[in-house]
Amino acid sequence: MILVYLILILIAGGLLAWFAGKWSKEIPRFIALGALSVDLFIAVSIYLSNGNIGLNAWMIDYSASWIPHFGISLHLALDGLSLLMLILTFVLGILSVLISWKEIQENTGFFHFNLLWILSGITGVFLSMDLFLFYFFWELMLVPMYFLISIWGHENRVYASYKFFIYTQASGLIMFLAILVLYFIHGKSTGIYTFDYLQLVGTSMTAPTAFLLMLGFLTAFLVKLPVVPLHNWLPDAHTEAPTAGSLILAGLLLKTGAYGLLRFVIPLFPEASVTFAPIGMLLGVIGILYGAKLAFAQTDMKRLVAYTSVSHMGFVILGVYAFNELAYQGVVMQMIAHAISTGALFILVGQLQERIHTRDISRMGGLWKQVPVMGAVGLIFSMASLGLPGLGNFIAEFLTLLGTFKVNVLMTCLASLGLVGATLYSLRILQKVFYGKENIVYKLKDLSIRERFISGVLIVSIIFLGIFPNPVFKLAKPAILKSLNTISIQNAKEKNENISTYNFIGEPVKANPK
Amino acid sequence: MEIYLALIPILPLLGFLILSLTGFRLPQIVKAIVGAGSVGISAILTIILGLTYLSSPPVGGVISVQLWEWIDAGGFNAEISFKLDALSLIFCFVITFVGFLIHVYSIEFMKNDDGFSRFFAYMNLFVSSMLILVLADNLVLLYLGWEGVGLCSYLLIGFWYKEPANGDAARKAFIITRIGDTAMLLGLFLLFISFGTLNIDQIMQQAPLSWEKGSLMPVLAAALLLGGALGKSAQLPLQTWLPDAMAGPSPVSALIHAATMVTAGVYLIARTHVLFILAPAVQAAVAIIGALTLLIAGFSALTQHDLKRILAYSTISQIGYMFLALGVGAWSAGIFHFMIHAFFKALLFLAAGAVIVVLDEEHDIFKMGGLRKKLPAIFITFLIGSASLSALPIFTAGFYSKDQILWFAWSSENGSLWLWLAGIVGAFLTSLYTFRMVFITFFGDTGTEPTHKPGRLMIIPISILAVLSLLGGFIELPESWAHLQIFSHTLSDVLPTVSILQESIPEIVFQIASAVVAISGIYIAWLLYVKKIKLAGSPTFNRIGHFFYKGWAFDKLYEATIVKPVVWLSEIDKKDFIDFFFESLGSITVFFNRILSRLQNGKLRWYAAAVAIGIVFILTLMINL
Repeated sequence: MILVYLILILIAGGLLAWFAGKWSKEIPRFIALGALSVDLFIAVSIYLSNGNIGLNAWMIDYSASWIPHFGISLHLALDGLSLLMLILTFVLGILSVLISWKEIQENTGFFHFNLLWILSGITGVFLSMDLFLFYFFWELMLVPMYFLISIWGHENRVYASYKFFIYTQASGLIMFLAILVLYFIHGKSTGIYTFDYLQLVGTSMTAPTAFLLMLGFLTAFLVKLPVVPLHNWLPDAHTEAPTAGSLILAGLLLKTGAYGLLRFVIPLFPEASVTFAPIGMLLGVIGILYGAKLAFAQTDMKRLVAYTSVSHMGFVILGVYAFNELAYQGVVMQMIAHAISTGALFILVGQLQERIHTRDISRMGGLWKQVPVMGAVGLIFSMASLGLPGLGNFIAEFLTLLGTFKVNVLMTCLASLGLVGATLYSLRILQKVFYGKENIVYKLKDLSIRERFISGVLIVSIIFLGIFPNPVFKLAKPAILKSLNTISIQNAKEKNENISTYNFIGEPVKANPK
Repeated sequence: MEIYLALIPILPLLGFLILSLTGFRLPQIVKAIVGAGSVGISAILTIILGLTYLSSPPVGGVISVQLWEWIDAGGFNAEISFKLDALSLIFCFVITFVGFLIHVYSIEFMKNDDGFSRFFAYMNLFVSSMLILVLADNLVLLYLGWEGVGLCSYLLIGFWYKEPANGDAARKAFIITRIGDTAMLLGLFLLFISFGTLNIDQIMQQAPLSWEKGSLMPVLAAALLLGGALGKSAQLPLQTWLPDAMAGPSPVSALIHAATMVTAGVYLIARTHVLFILAPAVQAAVAIIGALTLLIAGFSALTQHDLKRILAYSTISQIGYMFLALGVGAWSAGIFHFMIHAFFKALLFLAAGAVIVVLDEEHDIFKMGGLRKKLPAIFITFLIGSASLSALPIFTAGFYSKDQILWFAWSSENGSLWLWLAGIVGAFLTSLYTFRMVFITFFGDTGTEPTHKPGRLMIIPISILAVLSLLGGFIELPESWAHLQIFSHTLSDVLPTVSILQESIPEIVFQIASAVVAISGIYIAWLLYVKKIKLAGSPTFNRIGHFFYKGWAFDKLYEATIVKPVVWLSEIDKKDFIDFFFESLGSITVFFNRILSRLQNGKLRWYAAAVAIGIVFILTLMINL
C-alpha cells in the first residue's frame, strides 16, 4: 500500500499546488517540496529497512484488482532497481523545485502541478507490474511534460513541445498495440486474459511474433532512451524546456526507456532479444559516436549538453545487449550517474542563461574570473561527462565496456572511441565558456547559497558514486539477475531438451515424466 | 608503517581539499604552508618509510595497505589499496621530494598571481594522483591516478586561462594523451578477460603460466598498454603535445612535464614488464620507438628559440633514452635514468623559470645573453644541470645513468649496434643543444636586463637539486669500476636484471666513446655560439632547420589528416541530417494539407462540380461492373 501512497502523495500534492497557486506564488513551491520530501523519506526508509535483502526478488509487492473484467489490476512492486530509480526521481524532483525558485515566476501553481504529475507518472512507471497500468503511467508522464515545455519553455518552445509529444505519443501507441497483442496471445493459449507482467513473462509464441512484439515495445523505449535515428525530439525538447524540465527529461524520462528495456523487453522476449542483440549493440555504438560528433559541433550550450545525452545513452543500449552482469551493473550506474552529471550541466546552463540571457557559447568566454564557483562546478561535471575516474560516470562506462568486451570486441573498441569524443566536446565547453578571452564583458554574480546547495548535492553524489559505488551494485543485483536469468534460460533451453518450464527466478522445472 | 603509506597520497589530497574549498579566504602564507607543507610531510613520510624499507626489508619486499573495497560488481573486484615496493618507493621519493622542492620554489614564483590558491590546489591534486598511480595495487586504481594526473596537467597547462593559446595547448595535451589512454583501457579489458582480475601482482604471476612467449595475447596486451605509455610519456607518434605544454607556469613544467607525469609511461612499462618480456616484438618496438624519439626530439631541440621549448624537446629525448633502456631489458637502468633526469631536468626548468621571471617573461634565448655575471647563482646551478644532462664524465650523475643505457643498448640480449648508434648520436646532440642554450643565454653580449634577483625560496630548491644532479650518480657505479650498485640491487627484487650477451669489447671503450662525444658536443657548441663561427647558411640548410624547428612537421601532418577531417565532419552535419528526414515527413503532410484544404473554399459551384464528378465516377464504375 505504501507504493500507492508514493504515487498518490505526488498526485494530491500536484492538485493542491494548483489550487494554492491561485492565492500565492510561493506556496506551491513549498507544497511540491513537501510532497517530494515525504516521498524521499519513505523511499529512503524502505532502503534502510531492506538493507540486506539478498536475492529476494521483490521487497514490496502490492496488488489490488482494478478492472477485473479485462484482467487489469493495480499491481505495484518494488525491487532494488526500482528503488534506486525512485530515490533518483525524488532527489531530482526536489532539485527541480529548488532550481525553479527564481526562474519560474508565472503561474507557479500550474507549473508545480505539472511537475508533480510528471514525477508521479515516472514513479508509476518504475513501480507498475501490470502492463496496462504501466502504459497508463507512461502516458501520464507525457502530457504535463508537454505543458511544461510549451508554457514555460524558451523561444522555440511550441515547435519543440509538439515534436516531443508526437514522437513519444506515436511510439507509445505502438507499444500499447504490442501490449494488446501480447494480452490476446497469452489469453488464447492459457485461457487467462491478464495484463499482469509476472504472468505474461514466459508466454510462448512463435519467434517471428515475438520479434514483432518486441519491436513494438522497443519503439517506445528506444525513442525515450533515445537511440539514433529516433533521437530528434531530444535536442529540441531539452533545449527549449525550462531548466527543471531539462533536468527531468535528461535525468528521469530517458531513464524510463532504459528501465523499460531491462524490466520488460528482455524478460518478455528473451529469444527475440538475443536475435536483436547485434543490431542493438550497433545502435548503441552509432549513438555514442554520432551523439558525440553532433555535440562537438553545437554552439547552443544547452543543445550541446542535450546531444551528449544521446552519446551517453548509447552506452546503455550497448550494455543492455551484452547480457552479462558486469554490463548491466554498468548500465544501472550509467542511468544514475548520467542523470546527475547531465542534470548538473543543464542546471549550469540555466544559471548562466538567467545571468547573461544567452546560451550561445560564442558569446561567452573567460567567465572563470568572475564566477569561479560556477567554473568549478562546470569543470567537475565536464570531467564526469568525459568519464574521469573517481566520478560515477567512469564506473558506469568502465563496467559497461568491460562487460561488452567479453561479448563483442569490435563494438567495444568502436564504443571506446566515444571516450575520445567525449573529451573533445567536454573540453570545448570549458574552453568556450570559462576560459579564454572575455568576448563580451558581463557583470556576473557567482552562485547564491540556494544554487550552491543544489550543485553541492550533485557534486557530492557524483563523487560518492565514483568511489563508493558498491551500495548501488548491491541494490541492483537481484533485479539484474532476474532480467539476465531469462536470457540464460533461453540459452539453457537450446542446450537441454529435458527442461521444459522455468519458474520466474530462473530455476529449471523438470518436465513431469507422467 | 601501513598508516604512513596510506597518508602519503592522502595528505596532498587533503591539501587540495582545503585549498579548493576555503582557499581564497585564507591568507597567502597559510595557503603556502598548506600547499607546500602537505607535500613536505608526505616527503618526510616517504623518506622514513624508505629508510625502514632499506634497513629492514619487509617480508616479500612489499608494504601494503588496504583502504576499502572500491568496485565489486559482476565478478569484477578492485580495491583502493596501496602497495610499496622498491620500484614504487623510488617513484614516491622523486614525486614527494622533488615535488616538495618545486612547491617551495612556487611559493615565490607565484606570489603575485591571482590564482595562488588555485595553483597550489591543482599542484597538490597532481601530487596525490601521481602517488596513487605509482602506489596502486591494481590497474584500475592505477588508471584513476593516470587520468588524475592527466586532468591536473590539463588544468595547469591552461592555468593562465585568459590566453586562448594556453587553453589550446592544454586541450591538445589532454586529447592526445586520452587517445593513448583509451588504448590502455582496452588493454585493461583484455587483461581482465584473460585473468579475471586487474590486480597487478596476480596478473604478473599468472601471465607467464598461461601465455606463451610471443603469442598473440601478450603482444596485444603489451601493445595496448604501450599505447597509453606513449601518450603520457610523449613518445612517437604521440609526442606533439609536450612542447606546447610549456604554456604552463615553469614549476608545472618542472614537476609534471619533466620530473614525474611524463615518466608515468616508463613506470607502467616497468611495472608490467612481465607482459613485455612475453611479447618480444613489442619490447623491441619500445626500444626502437625510444631510439627514434630521442633522435627526432634531439634535432628539434637544436633549433628552438624558446628556452622552455628546448628543455621540452630535451625531455622527450631523455624519456626516449628511458624507453630505449626498457626496450633492451635494462629495466633498472631506465628507472635510474628517470631518477637522475628528474633531478637535473627539474633543476633546469626551475632555473629557466627564474631566468624568465627576472627577465619579465622573456622566453627567447636570442634576446638573452651575458647572464653569467648578472645571475651567478642561477648560472652555476644551470651549468651543473646542463653538465649532468650532457652526461659529462666522472663528476655528473647524468653520466652514470646515461652511460649505463648506452652500454646495455649494445651489450644486452636485446641490444644492437643500431640502438647504440642512435644513443650515441643522441648523446652528441644532447650536449650540443644543451650548451648552445647555455652559451647563448649566459655568455656573449648582454641582452634583456634582469629586473630583480631571484629570492631565496627559489635559489635553495635549485641548489639542492644541483647537489643531487652531481652526487646522485654515485649510488650506482658501472660494474667494471667498483661493486657499488645500490640502486639496481634494491630494484632487483622487482625488476629482472639485464642479461649481457656481448662482451667482446670492454665497457671502458664505450665509456670513453661517450665521454668524447659529450665533450666534443660542448666544444662545437662553443665554437658556434661563443666563437661565432658561421656555418654555410644555404637555403637547404635553413629549410631543414625549420623542419626540425617545427618538430618534424608532425603537427602539420596531424592537422591535415586528423584535425581537419574531424572538424569538417562535425561542421557539415551540424544540423543532423536525420532530423531533416523527419522534418520532411512533416512538410509533406503540411503540403497535402494545403492542397486539400484549398478544396474547402466555401464556393458552391466548386462543391456542385465535385459532386457531379463523383456521381459520374461512381456511375461509370457501376456500369463497367
